[in-house]
Amino acid sequence: MTSEVKSYTGKTAIIIDDDIDYLEILRIYLENYGFSVVTAGSFEEGMRLLDEVVYDLAVFDLMMENADSGFVLSYNSKKKYPTIPVLILTNVANETGIRFDNLSDEKKAWIKADGVLNKGIRMEQLKKEIDRVFAK
Amino acid sequence: MQKLNLLIIDDEQGLRYGIVRTLRDFSFKPDEYDDEVSFQISEAGTGQEALAIMDKQELDIALVDYKLPDINGVELLNIIREKKYNLLSVFITAYASLDVAVCATRNGAYDFLAKPFSPDELKNVIRKASSRIILQKKAKKLEEEKKLIRFEFLSVLSHELKAPLNAIESYLRIIESRISGEDIASYEKMIKRSLERVEGMKKLIFDLLDLTRIESGQKKRMISPVNLQEAASKSIETYQSMASDKGIHVVLKSEKEILINADAGEMEILFNNLISNAIKYNKDYGDVVISLSKENDAVKITVEDTGIGFKDEEKSKIFKEFVRCRNELTQGIEGSGLGLSILSKLVKLYDGSINLESQFGKGSKFLITLRKI
Repeated sequence: MTSEVKSYTGKTAIIIDDDIDYLEILRIYLENYGFSVVTAGSFEEGMRLLDEVVYDLAVFDLMMENADSGFVLSYNSKKKYPTIPVLILTNVANETGIRFDNLSDEKKAWIKADGVLNKGIRMEQLKKEIDRVFAK
Repeated sequence: MQKLNLLIIDDEQGLRYGIVRTLRDFSFKPDEYDDEVSFQISEAGTGQEALAIMDKQELDIALVDYKLPDINGVELLNIIREKKYNLLSVFITAYASLDVAVCATRNGAYDFLAKPFSPDELKNVIRKASSRIILQKKAKKLEEEKKLIRFEFLSVLSHELKAPLNAIESYLRIIESRISGEDIASYEKMIKRSLERVEGMKKLIFDLLDLTRIESGQKKRMISPVNLQEAASKSIETYQSMASDKGIHVVLKSEKEILINADAGEMEILFNNLISNAIKYNKDYGDVVISLSKENDAVKITVEDTGIGFKDEEKSKIFKEFVRCRNELTQGIEGSGLGLSILSKLVKLYDGSINLESQFGKGSKFLITLRKI
């Protein structure tokens, strides 16, 4: 797997998640795709990061201090850089009863993210999702 | 004002009119109910009409005449029972014989009115039937609320288990596919964190068992004199290595003997929760001071730390189940989110109270009062 072509070399990704393990796991995944990775471990720190860093991809946890922290980050990112892709990762996609994969356009417009994914996602699947949002 | 739906089924228009006149302005307050009850009345002259109304509308009470032009009243009761309409029937008959009464009751009538009846007799029967319906409605509502709470509890619980499971699974996959190379040393941190999260899940399950035991009241409580000084010392010993790892100094200030009539297991849970929190959420080389004192018929336990503390908006929430303070300082600290909820339930068993003084970034002081039971 390490021999795979690193298709995103030269690009920067930011990850904001208050679960230090997921921060680490996603960092490993994204670095494996070639990204340089900058991370923040809380919503507040994340908001600062959005201002300070120039990035090509953003990955946010959904539930941090608040149940919708990820949506708020996503809203702010899209306001500033409408074309930079945003992915939201969550443990609760099933519990909330919201099927993110077939949201109406209206809801998508409100959530602003380019994808909402389950946290158990495997490295290869995440790569596919990233390829998808970059192909847009 | 609670409106109950009442249907009068009688072919005699005069009788229906009499009932309407008696009940349309009638209202009363059932025992142990904080609202008045009154009635929304509809009328049917035949059995078929009655059944048509029942199909369309939810009814609470039906006054059923024995003699209807199309169906016999007892037959109508039968149909009501078979169709499982959720209503109480009151049987009206001119032939107030025991036979009819038994037959009607057997077919599902709740009560009886013998013709001719006075407005007061009618009101009494209606009062009785209504009280019963209100009671049923209350029980049903309570049951639904309980179901909802249980559902919420389970969805939060499944999330609390899923988060560490997802993290452990991802770590294992990374190790399995050797993403960071062949050297096992590169994976040491991942293995350590996976073990920590397994530990966290174990703690969650143990806490859940404690909580269930306390809440169900099924565990037999063994009340005997417990020396809190000893109980606290034992708990400090349990968490000594955790404290040493962070260089935290734990002090117990107490007389040799502080006795309280209590369940020893409950006191152990209480101290374990307080002391492990004070260490876990402390800064490195911080302090934990536990003081015990007697005061008339109560004992006071204070546990003070020099740790993370609580933001003001967090203070009111933290005793609820699965509430954990998520901020930059609590990151990476494993917790079930149940410890303080267990603590507050335990304290209630001792007619006690919890007082929390805390400043974010400075530390917390939990003051627990337990009364002798």
